[in-house]
Amino acid sequence: MGGWDRFVETFFNAKVMAKYLPDILSGMVVTIELALLIVVTGLAAGLALALLRSLGIRPLNWLIIFIVDLFRSLPPLVIIVLMYFGLPYAGPSPSGFVSTWLSLALVLMAFSEEIFWAGITSIHHGQWEASRSTGLSYGQTLFNVILPQAFRLTIPPLTNRTIAITKGTALGTVVAVTEILGQASSAVSNSYNPSPLMMGAAAYIVLFFPVVVAARWIETKFAWKR
Amino acid sequence: MVQKHIVEARGIHKHFGPLHVLKGVDLQVDERELVFVIGPSGSGKSTLLRCLNRLEEPSSGSVVVDGIDMLDPRTDINHARQRIGMVFQSFNLYPHMTALGNVTLALRKVAGKSRAEADALARKALERVGLADRADHTPGQLSGGQQQRVAIARSIALEPRVMLFDEPTSALDPELVGSVLEVMRSLRETGMTMIVVSHEMGFARNAADRVVFMDDGLIVEQGPPAAIFENPTHERTRAFIGQIQRH
Ligand SMILES: Nc1ncnc2c1ncn2[C@@H]1O[C@H](COP(=O)(O)OP(=O)(O)OP(=O)(O)O)[C@@H](O)[C@H]1O
Ligand SMILES: [Mg+2]
Repeated sequence: MGGWDRFVETFFNAKVMAKYLPDILSGMVVTIELALLIVVTGLAAGLALALLRSLGIRPLNWLIIFIVDLFRSLPPLVIIVLMYFGLPYAGPSPSGFVSTWLSLALVLMAFSEEIFWAGITSIHHGQWEASRSTGLSYGQTLFNVILPQAFRLTIPPLTNRTIAITKGTALGTVVAVTEILGQASSAVSNSYNPSPLMMGAAAYIVLFFPVVVAARWIETKFAWKR
Repeated sequence: MVQKHIVEARGIHKHFGPLHVLKGVDLQVDERELVFVIGPSGSGKSTLLRCLNRLEEPSSGSVVVDGIDMLDPRTDINHARQRIGMVFQSFNLYPHMTALGNVTLALRKVAGKSRAEADALARKALERVGLADRADHTPGQLSGGQQQRVAIARSIALEPRVMLFDEPTSALDPELVGSVLEVMRSLRETGMTMIVVSHEMGFARNAADRVVFMDDGLIVEQGPPAAIFENPTHERTRAFIGQIQRH
């Protein structure tokens, strides 16, 4: 047997791959569920915090800034582990899935709040004045004039951050979430063969590559000429 | 009978922290009057205009526009602002909307017009500023002069009773100034009450009813353009007029 054949036999073993394909596929489903939950709740919470912050209530803003800085400085893995192993001592015992979801959603919330906030504050004050001078309320100005412009600025950093954080779903392995990496690594230890890891990598590419391409498309679509 | 002023501002003071920017300004404007406000940089001209529609909250004083007490907390300020158009030096058009979208936004959200009604009114307003054919252009596709005319259309579409202009031509290339002044002149012919902060002295001479000279947070002197420009009584007015005429 030549070197190439041995390489294929080891890393792309057809029999092993066929056997564990269903596990990897079910891992993909879990990863997709986790990722969607993280993106929807994390971005919604981040936007909500940024909108609250725009009201300019001092003590509330200090609290928001503290929370945001906290979750931006803690490594996501630490948050997951604390929530899964630590929180039960305080009462609730979230599952590995819930721990991973909430932890990464909090991290995305923190980073996206900063990005939304930067977007809102970067809009020239004259936009507020023009809108308010024609009688639009604070909220109407925010939603019709400020946010549409702010969103356009936030799309590139936001998509980058969102992709980076949702890839963190792989951290769920440490708290027994059966997402792609979890399935792949248990398949590796059961089969004594690394082929499932290759499948796992392929699964991530299948999931995230279209997202990256879509993000690029959204960025160009939302750019307008000044 | 005493004529009622459409703008009645009394004893306006404005502080920004330690800075005392308006030091008791009284300004009464008659219906259909065009009042020109001049004065050195930092004298408080913009702040005064912004106090009239409460973009800036006066520290004390009273502002009544078209019978509405602008500083009364019970006044629906968003409703009141519809009656007071404002045009800014930097146009401040919404860059993510077409010219038509810029004009229809407040018509729909504040005046409560349907989309069709708002579109029709907006097209009429754009026609008045000579830009009927630019309705579907975004601000980025328009010249500075055209942008400022869209901004004027955005205000007049709401049928305001008073228009405030804060240096409407200062950001424009010289060759584009004329088109904006032309629109302002035609607006004046329709009888619009206008308060204009500007350095366009030629326009002031032949269009203004009254020129108000501000310095250091106070109205120093006011009167017909000829009187202010030819025979200013105050030393500070004379110095300022001399200065701008040398340019
Ligand atoms: N929001 C603000 N906060 C603090 N200071 C301000 C604010 N707005 C204006 N000022 C100050 O108030 C003073 C008057 O400003 P204002 O803009 O009314 O002058 P102006 O007469 O319009 O001058 P210009 O001709 O340069 O436009 C200036 O010293 C300015 O720095
Ligand atoms: Mg000014």
